[in-house]
This record gives sequence, C-alpha cells and structure tokens, in this order.
Amino acid sequence: MLTAVPAIARVTFTELVRQKIFFFLLIFALLVIGNSAFVSKLSFQEQFQMLKDISLGAMSVFTSLIAILATASFLSKDLEERTIYTLLAKPVPRHNYILGKLLGIAALLAVSVVLMSGLFLAVLWLQESAVLAETRAQLAGASPEEQTAALKEVTSATFQFNLLPGIAVIYLKALLLASLTLFLSTFATSSIFTILMAFAVYFIGHLQSTARDYWLAGIEPGLGSRILAAGVALIFPDLQAFNLTDDIIAGTAVPPGLFLNTSLLAGIYIAAYTALAAFVFSGREL
Amino acid sequence: MTWRLPAACALVLAIGAATLPLQGRISEEAAQAHFRQTPLTLGLREQIGQSGFLAALSGFRSPLAAILWIEAHTAWENTEWGRMAGLFNTVTTLQPRSLPYWDMSAWHMAWNASIAALNNTRQPSEALRIRAQRGYIALGRDFLERGIRNNPDRPQLYIQLGVLLRDKLEDHCGAAEAFLKAASFPDAPAYAARFAGYEMAKCPGREREAYDHLRALYEKGESQRLPSLVNLLREMEIKLAIPESQRLPLPLPGS
Repeated sequence: MLTAVPAIARVTFTELVRQKIFFFLLIFALLVIGNSAFVSKLSFQEQFQMLKDISLGAMSVFTSLIAILATASFLSKDLEERTIYTLLAKPVPRHNYILGKLLGIAALLAVSVVLMSGLFLAVLWLQESAVLAETRAQLAGASPEEQTAALKEVTSATFQFNLLPGIAVIYLKALLLASLTLFLSTFATSSIFTILMAFAVYFIGHLQSTARDYWLAGIEPGLGSRILAAGVALIFPDLQAFNLTDDIIAGTAVPPGLFLNTSLLAGIYIAAYTALAAFVFSGREL
Repeated sequence: MTWRLPAACALVLAIGAATLPLQGRISEEAAQAHFRQTPLTLGLREQIGQSGFLAALSGFRSPLAAILWIEAHTAWENTEWGRMAGLFNTVTTLQPRSLPYWDMSAWHMAWNASIAALNNTRQPSEALRIRAQRGYIALGRDFLERGIRNNPDRPQLYIQLGVLLRDKLEDHCGAAEAFLKAASFPDAPAYAARFAGYEMAKCPGREREAYDHLRALYEKGESQRLPSLVNLLREMEIKLAIPESQRLPLPLPGS
C-alpha cells in the first residue's frame, strides 16, 4: 500500500539536492567561522556564548526557511511540469504522494541539520582546544586545584549534552513547518500564497501560547477578544514550545519530561497536518 | 474538495482543542525548568525596536542578544558607558539565564565604567566624579542582584557579588553572606567556602564563627590548607585566645 512512498521520497530528495539547496551551508559556514574570527577580542565565555547563539540561531532560521520554501513549491511545481499527472495515472494513492514528499523533505532537513551541527560542534571543539591550551600554558606554575578549576570553567562553557536535545527540537520544528506548509499547499492556488500563509502561521504560531494563556486564564474581559484569543489558540500550532535553544545556550538543563512532551506535541502536529494534507489532496481536482 | 476543506478546518480546531492539555503541560514544565522567562513586554519593544521585538517573538532571542552584545563591545571600545549600560539591560532582559551576560555587564559597570568616571578629566569636581563612580558600582551590583534573582539555582553570580562587595564596597559582612550562599551549591568551586571564611573574619562580631568555619575547612584535608588560610587561622587563634591545646599544630622545623 505504501510501496511508492520510498521512491517518491528519494526523487523528492534528489530534486531538492539538484536545486543546490545545500549551498546555504556555505553561508552557515561563513557565519560560524566568521563569527569566531570577529569575536576573538572577547573573553572565552563570551566567545563560546556568541558561537552558540549565532550557530543555533542560524540553524533554526535555515531549517525553517528550507522547510517552508522547499515544501511550498512541491505541488505547484509538479502541476506546472505535469509530472504529477504521470505519477497519479499509475496505481499510486494520493496519500502516498503526500507522504513521499514529506519524507523527502524530512531527509533533506535531517542531512542539513547533521551537517550544520557537525560544523558547529567542530568549530566549538577547535575553539575549546585553543582556549584549554592557552589556559594550561598560563597556569603552568599554579596549584593543581587552581588548574582544575580553571579548566573546568572553560569546559563548562563549551559543549553541553543539553545542546543535542536543543538541536533535535530545531529539527522537529522544521519538520512541523514542512508538514504544515504541505497541508497549506494542498488547497493554495499558488506557491507564493502558500509561502505567505506559512510565514503568517509561523509568526502567529509564536504568539499562540500568549493567546492561549489569555483565553484560558480569562485575562481578556471583552467577549470579542476572548473569541479571538480562543481562535488563535485552537487554529495555530504552539511554535513557542519549540524554542528551547535560547535557554539551552544559557545553560538551562532540559528535563527529559519536557523534551519528551515537546517531541510528542511535534509528532501529533506532524501526523495531523500530513493526514489533513492527504485528506484535502485526495479530493482535489487536478 | 468542496466539503473536504471545511472538514479539514474543523479538524484543525479539534486537534487544537485536543492538544491544549499537552500544550499547557509543556508550558508548566518549561516554567519550572526556568525556560522562556523573558518578559516580552512593551518595555522590551521600546528597547529593541519593532524588528528586534519581532525577532525575539519568533524565537531568535539568543542571536539578537549576541548581536547587541557585539554592539555593546563596540560601545566599550569607544568608552560610551551610558550606551553600554542600556545595551546590557536589553541583552540581559533577552537572555536572563545567560550568566556571562550578567557577569560581564556587572564587571564593565562596577570596574571599567566606575574607574573611568573617577578619572574623568572633563569633570573638574571630585565630588561629582566620586558620585558617578559610586553610581556605576551600584549599577554593577544591580546587574548581579538581578542576575541572581533570575538564576537563583547557580553559584557563579553569588561569587561575583561577593567579589564586588569585597573589592568595591568593602562590605565584608555582605561579601561573606554572598560567598556562603555560593558555597552552599554542590557545584560551587572550592574557593567559595574559603572566601566566605576570609570575609567573615573581617565582619565585626562574626570572628569566632569565621574561625570555626575556616577550621572546618582546614580539617577537610590538604586541598584546603592553603598558606593564606593557615596564616589567618593562626592570627585568629591569637586574637580569639584559643587554648593552646585546640590550636593548629605547629609546622615541623624545615617543612
């Protein structure tokens, strides 16, 4: 029943690679390496902080942009090039097409996140090694206790295991945005419309938690405002829930429960938007 | 398609309603774990402008804070202390859980800006220079105290507050409290407890407590028996008239 899915996913991934989407990695590399050179005058704590801030921020921006822009063009491009007619003329259910497309972009996002994380962690490790060597040289005559404390201060400011769940949540958020964009594209009239809608949802989604709090806590006294807050809370996904990296960078530990629940929420949204995309696309006249 | 789209919209609402409890649980867990504590208020909107506020709302608080920090560093190079203080306020509001931002903001204000104010050749009045110096030290202290309120679970800013109270305000009793608080954390550096003892020894009325505290550290073993600690203990034994039998053993000749 799902035999066509891997083939569609593979073709989607190949097409995206051919569109030279990975060129954004060059910009990411420039940002990460350039940032390191620029902030060399700062203290090592500031340098590591800047590197993490800029790298994870850029990772979040790039994955979100790829997810929205690449996914928005799938349907309209296939319709324009008429490849969708050839494909759907075969015994391929429409939900297979949707699922294949989503898996294709999921693979592309996964490769992108892995490459960006690899580059970021490599630069972080290189910077850490340089600072450790410098600290050892400076404290050559100090007591072992002082040396240990100074080296611990350096290592505690660099890689923390917490960064990994943060990166995982960046990926989940991008996948959520891809499934949402895919859903929007099934009834949109053009890819521009899909992109605009997706960005609107992106921004409103970040305010959803505020609207939800207003609605559920009954802070808004006016009926109209409460209905509006309820509408925003129910229609839009809570994208603020996926913004963990800002605080992870600052050294806040991610409790396993929070990570699991955030992943569960992402899973529900992704499954729901993909199912809705398949549902709407199945009834669309081509 | 005609009926499917309204049906899909209804399903979106149903999914939104079904996930509300999970969303609420995530918000609670995030608040308990000190996530998302930045108050995205109109005050912040005025500080960072509309596009900055939009970026902060969209989950780009940390890159925005990094950019503003670099701007503050440029202001430092140009010795624009007032502008620096404003930028530090914004950065620490954006990233209240980031210790380096609080620590460095306090250091710039209490050390660099305060010394620059004291040595300001454009201000002929010494009284006004001293007043400006005290103002910057108070600003540095305020950064640390606000940082502690946002990070009550970490020892680093308590240590910095202790250093500021000790070196800039000569408030030894206050410094002792700050170091003691820092030392109470399991991940505190070993020197926090020693510093608490040193400051307590200078706090009138707490000398005996300081002696007991430092003696307890001494008994912990070689790692705490630094010359400064041993010398202070010997001085206090004389000052407090500790009986000979309870005093530290005298060093062996030649050791």
